[in-house]
Amino acid sequence: MIDAGINNGDLLIVDKSMDPTDGKIAVCFIDGEFTVKRLKVEKECCWLLPENESYDPIRVTTENDFVVWGIVIYVIKAL
Amino acid sequence: MFALVDCNNFYASCERVFRPELRGKPIVVLSNNDGCVIARSNEARKFGIPMGAAAYQYEKTFTDNNIFVFSSNYALYGDMSARVMDILASLAPEIEVYSIDEAFLKFEGCDFINLQEYGSMIVKTVTKSTGIPISVGIANTKALSKVANKVAKKFPDKTGSIYLIDSDEKRIKALKWLPVEDVWGIGRRHAKRLMALGIKNAYEFTQLPDQWVRKNMSVVGLRLKHELEGKPRLDMETAKAKQNIATTRSFDKNYTEYDQLRERITTFSVTCAEKLRRQKSSCNALLIFLHTNGFRSDLPQYSRNIVMKLPFPTNSSIEIAKFAVEGLSLIFKQGYQYKKAGVIVMDITPEETNQISMFENTNPKHKLLMDVMDRLNSAIGQKKVKLASQALDRTWKMKQERLSPRYTTRLSEIIIINA
Repeated sequence: MIDAGINNGDLLIVDKSMDPTDGKIAVCFIDGEFTVKRLKVEKECCWLLPENESYDPIRVTTENDFVVWGIVIYVIKAL
Repeated sequence: MFALVDCNNFYASCERVFRPELRGKPIVVLSNNDGCVIARSNEARKFGIPMGAAAYQYEKTFTDNNIFVFSSNYALYGDMSARVMDILASLAPEIEVYSIDEAFLKFEGCDFINLQEYGSMIVKTVTKSTGIPISVGIANTKALSKVANKVAKKFPDKTGSIYLIDSDEKRIKALKWLPVEDVWGIGRRHAKRLMALGIKNAYEFTQLPDQWVRKNMSVVGLRLKHELEGKPRLDMETAKAKQNIATTRSFDKNYTEYDQLRERITTFSVTCAEKLRRQKSSCNALLIFLHTNGFRSDLPQYSRNIVMKLPFPTNSSIEIAKFAVEGLSLIFKQGYQYKKAGVIVMDITPEETNQISMFENTNPKHKLLMDVMDRLNSAIGQKKVKLASQALDRTWKMKQERLSPRYTTRLSEIIIINA
């Protein structure tokens, strides 16, 4: 998520009560793993955008075991 | 109208929030010291593991069926409970936190809201914001809201985890469905007795004559009957001081020596006394018990308890420990392997109403000493200041082999994700 300003070691503040809408950055749980991605919600499916050139977007379908765990609202960086 | 909100399989649900892969998997949570099963997910219930089962007897069941086993993580459950209760408090005019995973809400003067829809909103809001699934039962009395909650919990798909009893028809249908032994406030003893009379469900209980219920189950039983008939008898209760406080433990190994038990009993007394001081109460009696391991039929068995009436109310660690050890010396017998012991402080009265007795009183100096001890222990951390008769190198350490991280209360234990 380096293009969104999130790097390893940062602290994320997550609000579980918010709705996962298009464009939000979310902590997701997909196929047994936590990940942080930007959501792209389309009619038929949802994409997880890595905001990092070295990774490919993930297309989420009903085949996946998927939950949006919470919406990232702040990022805290250590200096 | 009252709503009873109850978290579904609360402890297991807390573990699942941070381990979503465990959704739909069987989970059990063990008591302090990993002694026995205190919570089971619905999936785990199917394997015939009873509540309170001794963990070591079911090890094979756990591994054979891939059941996930957790030590109880009260730091996590307590914090998740506080989050649930905070949200509930913001959604209702009045709340009574009934236990770690249950609360009553009272809706008075809220006739203009559609409670079915509002209940649904409560379920959604809490479940989404905390990850903890809940069930809501709504009715015009507390006892009926409990009944409605059971319906919601039993039929989550049909009800959407919210059930509203708002007609006599619905009330009777729910009462007929509920076995008498599952009615809130009917203990095992009364349930047995009612079943012997052929009373199987809550509805049949409400058909009994008032006089019979009053005579056989006291006013408490009668109040319950009226509540189930839809006549409000119970109101919201504010938090009150606990009526007895127990500190009891199973030991990690068998103890045979008096000195070992004396140390344990002293430490348990100190813990009870600290809890008394925290709620600003004193106790007037103690119960001390000890017993051998009942599962080891190959060993000689012994089990005794003793109640010590105190000459004056106290919450001094020193005094409570002294009386408790005196009690221990009266019931301890050499030659047995003790597995469990405990101290229960009883007959609790508010600290400030302590009556001064003619001959013997709590030592007033202790109050100052205890204040200093409590302050030091809370400032520099867990139990640094002890009585000399307590073990300095804690001989006692809680067995927590399967403890999950304190995800919500320790920064070093939060979930880590690759960015």
